[in-house]
Amino acid sequence: MEQLNPRSRSDAFGSKLDRAPSQTLAIAVPWATILIGSLAPFLPVISPAPILPPLGFLFMIAWRLMRPGLLPLWAGLPLGLFDDLFSGQPFGSATLLFSLALIAIDLIEARFPWRNFWQDWLTASVLTLVYLSIAALVSGAKLTLVQLQVIGPQLLLSIIVFPIIARMAALLDRLRLMRVRRLG
Amino acid sequence: MAPPAGRRTGANRRAQLGLFAGYLVAGLGAVIGALLLLISIFRPEAFSGLRSMAVDIASPAGETGAEGRTDSLSVLEAVAGYYRAGSRNAEMRREMQIARVRLAEADALGAENRRLRALLKLSEGDTGPVAVARLIGSTASSARRFAYLSAGRRDGVLPGMPVTSPLGLVGRVLEAGRSSSRVLLLTDSESMVPVRRATDDVVAFAEGRADGSLRLRLINLGINPIKVGDVFVTSGAGGLFRPGVAVAMATRLTNDGAIAQLLSNPAATDMVVVEPIWQREAVAAVASDSAQIPQTDGAEADDAPGASAQGVTTGAAEAGDAQ
Repeated sequence: MEQLNPRSRSDAFGSKLDRAPSQTLAIAVPWATILIGSLAPFLPVISPAPILPPLGFLFMIAWRLMRPGLLPLWAGLPLGLFDDLFSGQPFGSATLLFSLALIAIDLIEARFPWRNFWQDWLTASVLTLVYLSIAALVSGAKLTLVQLQVIGPQLLLSIIVFPIIARMAALLDRLRLMRVRRLG
Repeated sequence: MAPPAGRRTGANRRAQLGLFAGYLVAGLGAVIGALLLLISIFRPEAFSGLRSMAVDIASPAGETGAEGRTDSLSVLEAVAGYYRAGSRNAEMRREMQIARVRLAEADALGAENRRLRALLKLSEGDTGPVAVARLIGSTASSARRFAYLSAGRRDGVLPGMPVTSPLGLVGRVLEAGRSSSRVLLLTDSESMVPVRRATDDVVAFAEGRADGSLRLRLINLGINPIKVGDVFVTSGAGGLFRPGVAVAMATRLTNDGAIAQLLSNPAATDMVVVEPIWQREAVAAVASDSAQIPQTDGAEADDAPGASAQGVTTGAAEAGDAQ
């Protein structure tokens, strides 16, 4: 069979013979991508106004919506603590909002067990709207009309960017389940 | 997408307890977050040590990125330079001739200034830079405008020091870690800088607006003397920033001042200079005075002394730096 088609005994996740997915990789990839998303303040962008979507938050939502049960319900606590170290928000805001977002998704999932991508996108958009508004509210910045206008573009960008992030999570999911461990 | 399996625990006691514990821990996470948030709203400096330690660890990655930013910017500028090169060249040559004359005049004025200062026995003061560093990142997704700087206490950087670029003022250091520090940019809504018009003594406060511009508020109300295109420089009031550093240019007039554009866009700066606090003794004295007054709001801890000092010393500092 191999002589006819060398890839006959492998699929998108690698060789099907004597290989198995790695447990570490399967758990570490989602956590690592969310943490890297939280490091976005170190991107070489010095912005005069808030413009970048909250990448750590979006990655967390994308993984949670795509793979329910992969992130435990309490994942908001450590992920939020890490995000707070760099985001410039008062310490604790991401811890609170990440935890609440995960609980909210859990409740939404209980209410609508069968979902498609459009509904996921809607969920993510509403959560991002709430996240950005509360984050701006508690940030300590003066809440002027200008401040509210500035959130608009950031929110729109976050909503537009969510499908791309969901796609990236899907690609990374394939990497996550690669059969890299040699058996025997 | 299929509903996740195992949501319904059925009669399995252990699974039921596990689900319950999950909710409990998640709820606890939210409560911990809320408590931390309350603490940091009422005491903003509470977690600064933790934060600067984390930034110290993560900053090398940002530093390589910052070098990349500078390179890519210059590539873009090189490409953009080919457009309308001829007309721009002629224009620049004209400007250059004017600038040369102005430079000579400025030299003469500088010499005169030095002579007059010597007559009045005013000292120049130590304004040598503390450190030269890169801005390695900014809180681009938060409503606050902070930037991270690749120099910290190891290089002599301390909270309160002004950060400038060759084009003008960028902000001031808020928290200093070992090898990195956090800068409050001028456009943050909690930032306030005492400024005056470069040509005369129209004094104002430059407040950050959320959209990247500054709001100039005149101190002496009356007929608004500002015209579009006026350049504002630091006045030296408050003792934090040395006088004469360019800040902003007025672009639109308002009732009590103007909206101004930053002269040194932090996005376009390569290296920035951290300068010492201009009048350290005065700032320290005012800070110890105002420390006895209880703080009423959640403003950044070192905003209060600066703001109160600005009001007190405006007149004195104005007299001192008249050029």
